[in-house]
Amino acid sequence: MHTSDGSQLPTFPLRLMAHGEVRPTRPAFREKHLGIWQTWSWAEVNTEVRALACGLASLGFTRGMNLAIIGDNRPRLYWAMLAAQCLGGVPVPLYQDAPAADMAYVLNDADIAYAVVEDQEQVDKLLELQALCPQIRHIAYDDERGMRHYRQSALTSFAALQAAGRAWDAAHPGAFEAAVAAGSGSDTAIILYTSGTTGKPKGVCQSHASLLAAGVGGVGFDKLTDREDILSYLPMAWVGDCLFSLAQALVAGFTVNCPESGDTVLTDLREIGPTYYFAPPRVFENMLTTVMIRMEDASRIKRSMFSYFMDVAKRCGSAILDGKPVSAGDRLAYAVGSLLVYGPLKNVLGLSRVRVAYTAGAAIGPDLFRFYRSIGVNLKQLYGSTETCAYVCLQPDGNIKFDSVGLPAPGVEVKLADNGEVLVKSVATMDGYFKRPDATAEVIDTDGYFHTGDAGIFDSEGHLKIIDRAADVGKMNNGAMFAPNYIENKLKFFPFIKEAVAFGNARDEVCAFINIDIEAVGNWAERRNIAYAGYTDLAAHSTTYDLIRDCVDKVNADLAGEALMGATQVHRFLILHKELDPDDDELTRTRKVRRKFIAEKYAVLIDALYANKTSQFITTQVKFEDGRVGTVSADLRICGATTYPAIARAA
Amino acid sequence: MNMHDISDTAASGSARQIGPVILDLNNISLSFGGVKALTDISFNVRQHEIRAIIGPNGAGKSSMLNVINGVYRPQKGEIVLRGEHRKNMDCYGAAKAGIARTFQNIALFKGMTVLDNIMTGRNLKMKSNFLMQALYWGPARREEIAHREKAEEIIDFLEIQAIRKTPVGRLPYGLQKRVELGRALAAEPEILLLDEPMAGMNVEEKQDMCRFILDVNDQFGTTIVLIEHDMGVVMDISDRVVVLDYGKKIGDGTPDEVRKNQDVINAYLGVAH
Repeated sequence: MHTSDGSQLPTFPLRLMAHGEVRPTRPAFREKHLGIWQTWSWAEVNTEVRALACGLASLGFTRGMNLAIIGDNRPRLYWAMLAAQCLGGVPVPLYQDAPAADMAYVLNDADIAYAVVEDQEQVDKLLELQALCPQIRHIAYDDERGMRHYRQSALTSFAALQAAGRAWDAAHPGAFEAAVAAGSGSDTAIILYTSGTTGKPKGVCQSHASLLAAGVGGVGFDKLTDREDILSYLPMAWVGDCLFSLAQALVAGFTVNCPESGDTVLTDLREIGPTYYFAPPRVFENMLTTVMIRMEDASRIKRSMFSYFMDVAKRCGSAILDGKPVSAGDRLAYAVGSLLVYGPLKNVLGLSRVRVAYTAGAAIGPDLFRFYRSIGVNLKQLYGSTETCAYVCLQPDGNIKFDSVGLPAPGVEVKLADNGEVLVKSVATMDGYFKRPDATAEVIDTDGYFHTGDAGIFDSEGHLKIIDRAADVGKMNNGAMFAPNYIENKLKFFPFIKEAVAFGNARDEVCAFINIDIEAVGNWAERRNIAYAGYTDLAAHSTTYDLIRDCVDKVNADLAGEALMGATQVHRFLILHKELDPDDDELTRTRKVRRKFIAEKYAVLIDALYANKTSQFITTQVKFEDGRVGTVSADLRICGATTYPAIARAA
Repeated sequence: MNMHDISDTAASGSARQIGPVILDLNNISLSFGGVKALTDISFNVRQHEIRAIIGPNGAGKSSMLNVINGVYRPQKGEIVLRGEHRKNMDCYGAAKAGIARTFQNIALFKGMTVLDNIMTGRNLKMKSNFLMQALYWGPARREEIAHREKAEEIIDFLEIQAIRKTPVGRLPYGLQKRVELGRALAAEPEILLLDEPMAGMNVEEKQDMCRFILDVNDQFGTTIVLIEHDMGVVMDISDRVVVLDYGKKIGDGTPDEVRKNQDVINAYLGVAH
């Protein structure tokens, strides 16, 4: 619907101006100030952005420069992005919670001389970096709180900058229009720095054309209109926020709502009632946990009502949402349930008005996913990366497979390399890494395909299933593909299993290490009057082994039913005597398993698993939180699991 | 933080320039029957300063605060507030004179929300009668909105937006202390009496509270009299310290002077008899 007018407006500033004319009074941004939601219409945003752009111009900011944006999601920071684009500059949002030292690399790499930041905290960081980043000349700050004693000449308040901008605008008539007119779709619209888990952060340059293409595609795909409300609370430096709050908002002209603070997101969510919502799986999981805990404390009538109607929802909720045929009796029961349970529940969660909700970033448990869909929240998954504007695959309405990330998005070509790596070609693919043609050449091949680094498979209906990082995928001795992450995620979907490490590359069978979740298993043990002294004790308990064995068996049954995965069922497992910990270098700080390190550290355990032993003694050094070092030793039992014959299914 | 730039501006823009004596306590003695809570204590508080009262348990610190805001009436001595000599204070008069306080044991309305609790701090500033307030009509409505804005400013200042609608009883201790500070601030006091604002807090909560106290003092120029047990905190944030022991004053001066005072060391560490 809004895709047709896209082609004539190749840049974000032109889009902004168009919204100012087409829907001048529609709300563009909202922010809560002193407890009251303040609204800026598209016309007002145009004025604000213009004043800000002229303010930046009066300080000498011009075409080809980069503007650092640091802070929580604030309307003024979004305006700063647009203001930089108006002048032909490039906004570079940074992760606001990064320590100063980590920011230095990005600030220098992007040649940042101008920055617009949120508050005193960010100003302090930049001032601290003056020695490392001497090129930073101007810092504008939004929140004036605590800034009274700062006298540095580099600092200006946002309001003062806009006032200077208005004066400059009056003195230079036509200059702003000329700057906007000079922009073209092939200009870089934004530079987003990748998190840098693999080496130094790299700046991903997205042009106006590619970012808008991703925006237009997404808006068309989900039929978004200017009536949508979204809540912008995810880091501005993250591609997802850039896609939703900038690209799609500027394409569709809907309202971006900024929460009061990080702590108030859930309250603000209820007040705003977004119609279009994005959250990582963790957020959905926390919401569900809160609901479940509160239901446990509810009265008996409410509890039985909840469980009855949740059964109804489980039976037919997803089917109703997908528009599939459902019996009249179920429809009636579901309608009553909507009135009594699902409706009030969604209202409490702030999801009443949600038309489309997305999740991405990590694997989402099937039960969790089904729960939201069954109560009528149209939760879907998408797949993408910073380099592809987070626009590769989307789950279409009415055709959801929980274990896939959906079909290739409109205008995106997806294919698989020989090693299973997902290759993507689309307009939304980045121009390249900033100042890093070598790194760009590594990921974009001569045919223009971007190598995602993820391994995937297509199912019979063309849905893409991401199974692992391509680098981690191996082969078993019988030639079957071995995707450890895929198996581990399946294990981790059980609340009792916190962490799992699967082995199988160049082996005949798959074996696994398991970490139990001390809270969940501890709770389970308490209810059964099982006494235990701590993690090591509980992990070695025979009933714990039985519990985990059940989980592994279920995963095996699941794997047996899947094409290509039947051969990778877990044959034997053991429960580790200590929790894998970043302090012991077994996990990264983002809690990803460091496979190679673990394989070396616990080589004796792996040998025991494959030597068919029944137990193995091990002593391990551990680092405590206060830096002291101790040892933990245990005689670990090795337990076999039931495996099932792989069910041959046409792929 | 960029220290060198702040120090050279401290003299210029701050609301905090220590002024003349605003509150002077002369020879205060207070006893309950045979128990002498305070004996002949004199000290003064200057405008805009942070004045700490320290001492071992039972030294008479809280009694001292209670004398200042009129809960207790001393048997001897006089209180000079902004040049006005009095035998004693009364609670209402103290509140009207711009003295607000927090309590050692939190004294909030547990069943009311954070916002409502802070609004109660505005009580003295409300002019319209209760009938109009009950009807929420005309001037009463405008007044309520103006006071609500002030309350919201305090919520913003103390960064407690996320709990504004939460009943106070459900909050953890550290946050309740912060809400209590908020209620005292709502009265826009000139002198703020804080009775152990950091008792029972963990290190992080203490740091936050210190920050807020310093900010209040700096931004609003509020004079602060505080009782605190954490010596690190006292030495860091206060301008002058008065030390009580068994109801007697044993030390008075800057943190450094007090730290070197032999009587104070004896009182805290004990002395061989």
